[in-house]
Amino acid sequence: MKIAVCVKQVPDSWAEKKMVNGRLDRVNVDAVLNDLDEYAIEEALQIVEAHGGNREDGPHRVTLISMGPERASEALRKGLSMGANDAVLITDPALAGSDALATSKILAHVISQGGFDLVICGTESTDARMSVIPAMIAARLGWAQLTFAGSVEVDPSAAKVSITRVTEAGVDAMSANFPAVISVVEKINEPRYPSFKGIMAAKKKTIATKDLATIGASAQSAWSVVVDATPRPARALGVKIVDDGSAAEKLVNFLVERKLI
Amino acid sequence: MSNVFILADFMGGVVTKTTSELATLAARIGGVTAVVLAENGRGSALASSLVGPISNIIIVENEGFNKHGVAASADALAQLINERKPSALLVASHAFGKELAGRVAVQIESGLITDAVDVGADLTVTQLVFGGSTTVRSKVSHGCAIITLRPKSIEANTHCATPTLENVSITISESAKKAIVNSTEPPVKGGRPDLTEADIVVSGGRGTNGDFSAVEAFADALGGAVGASRAATDAGWYPHSHQVGQTGRTVSPQLYVACGISGAIQHRAGMQTSKTIVVINKDTEAPIFEIADFGVVGDLFAVLPKATEGITARKS
Ligand SMILES: Cc1cc2nc3c(=O)[nH]c(=O)nc-3n(C[C@H](O)[C@H](O)[C@H](O)COP(=O)(O)OP(=O)(O)OC[C@H]3O[C@@H](n4cnc5c(N)ncnc54)[C@H](O)[C@@H]3O)c2cc1C
Ligand SMILES: Nc1ncnc2c1ncn2[C@@H]1O[C@H](COP(=O)(O)O)[C@@H](O)[C@H]1O
Repeated sequence: MKIAVCVKQVPDSWAEKKMVNGRLDRVNVDAVLNDLDEYAIEEALQIVEAHGGNREDGPHRVTLISMGPERASEALRKGLSMGANDAVLITDPALAGSDALATSKILAHVISQGGFDLVICGTESTDARMSVIPAMIAARLGWAQLTFAGSVEVDPSAAKVSITRVTEAGVDAMSANFPAVISVVEKINEPRYPSFKGIMAAKKKTIATKDLATIGASAQSAWSVVVDATPRPARALGVKIVDDGSAAEKLVNFLVERKLI
Repeated sequence: MSNVFILADFMGGVVTKTTSELATLAARIGGVTAVVLAENGRGSALASSLVGPISNIIIVENEGFNKHGVAASADALAQLINERKPSALLVASHAFGKELAGRVAVQIESGLITDAVDVGADLTVTQLVFGGSTTVRSKVSHGCAIITLRPKSIEANTHCATPTLENVSITISESAKKAIVNSTEPPVKGGRPDLTEADIVVSGGRGTNGDFSAVEAFADALGGAVGASRAATDAGWYPHSHQVGQTGRTVSPQLYVACGISGAIQHRAGMQTSKTIVVINKDTEAPIFEIADFGVVGDLFAVLPKATEGITARKS
């Protein structure tokens, strides 16, 4: 089984984010592995571990794929220390400012060259918050789309995968034959912390950094443009009271004042 | 006049208010065509439930929509758009709507903007990003403008035109049939309003210690929906479909009441744009107070029942 996991480096969730010239400022901010993608890595590792693991000489492999600036290799290194075998980083100045369409085009291109059975993604990158890349990759490759998975079961000998899709519309039991694109929700597992041994081993693992020429693809300009970005006024400071037995009454009065009752 | 497509939005087989909001926005731009994707035999019933300024309804019936999920619906819509060439497609922003929009964008080679809170007549899209701290305006610059709209962002026009009806049959491409839906379990629907559509949401967190009765009673007194933090859904105290936050639902009600919730950034991501925020928390240091319009430092089990009583007394 060959599994690709798509991971993204994103600004730390707690960092203050700013727009510079219509783009998210990714330079002056702490960057981390998108936390939802840790669940994707963990799920890939659990799938191979249930079938003998991903030893270097074994039949199963977990490859991380990311598109981003060169420093995204830090995020990949973390994924490698969790236990993935190797990583590919697509980085090229022409890719800066890519939208989801352009990103999915490059990711699908790289995936199509890798002979993968499964692609696993997170459900959302915490910076873009679009939740569209996995669906777009599936559409581009013409592979089965099994997204928002709350559980995944793989039968490698039958080349079959089943999931439960968990969304606000309910729970669907879905299945497909390989190859398939999966995204996993955060309820699915508890991502492991890299062990000391894992961190040491990761230092020797390969991150293949490739530009557009190397993968034989061209950049596509973004198909949406930012007109302007303006900071919104901060929320007006509210009232804060300590309950001395009268808070409930004050709360009801507040709701009446605001015409909410 | 340009023609704008909206995808009629249904939840558990019932039309949502978001459909009227989509129609209202689309009517600013041009003539509105609503597309109804339905299983065989259900199309006209669903079409007759649509409300809003809609001039034309296209009904597509196909057993593939239930059987093959997002991919089949996206494929049908992309085929329709390639044939009719609308200037824009508006879809509801939820997991299904965003994924569908993404696939359509790939298939018809058009730009996509998600989570709009407003769309102007010239197709300028407004979004709130970075936890509602920044307003971004943008435009699709290639092809049909595909836009997903966050529910409850605009006032819906519920005036009903008499739309013309058209039935179209479509053959779903093989590549959109790769995944099979074996069974579907709709979310449990209680007597309360739906989280996304509710004007008032009362949420409970770890501070409820598993007892949601005070939270539910307060929600009922206000006619609101009940939400939960991830700590509460993870503990199994409340169904996952009620989780508010980054990996749950995004809500933007008139009033959000957070009870026993600390205000982690992932929770805020789903409720930060609520018009009025009320907080009840024992810990005066809880970060959720930073975004509260009215904060009570106190025990939710003491404050909520009294407030519920107060509201009930006012009403009678
Ligand atoms: C990838 C990822 C995704 C996530 N997605 C989400 C998400 O979608 N939604 C979400 O909510 N979280 C999400 N989280 C989890 C989030 O980080 C927090 O852990 C969670 O929101 C905490 O829930 P809580 O506020 O109920 O619990 P806590 O943080 O434990 O807070 C409980 C609060 O209750 C107060 N309290 C206790 N007893 C009482 C009482 N009797 N009366 C009044 N107050 C009381 C305490 O003072 C405390 O402030 C996510 C985390 C990760 C890593
Ligand atoms: N630049 C990227 N490189 C690799 N994977 C990505 C990238 N952007 C998004 N993804 C994957 O797609 C998922 C959904 O992201 P998004 O659609 O941006 O919300 C993420 O959780 C990742 O698994």
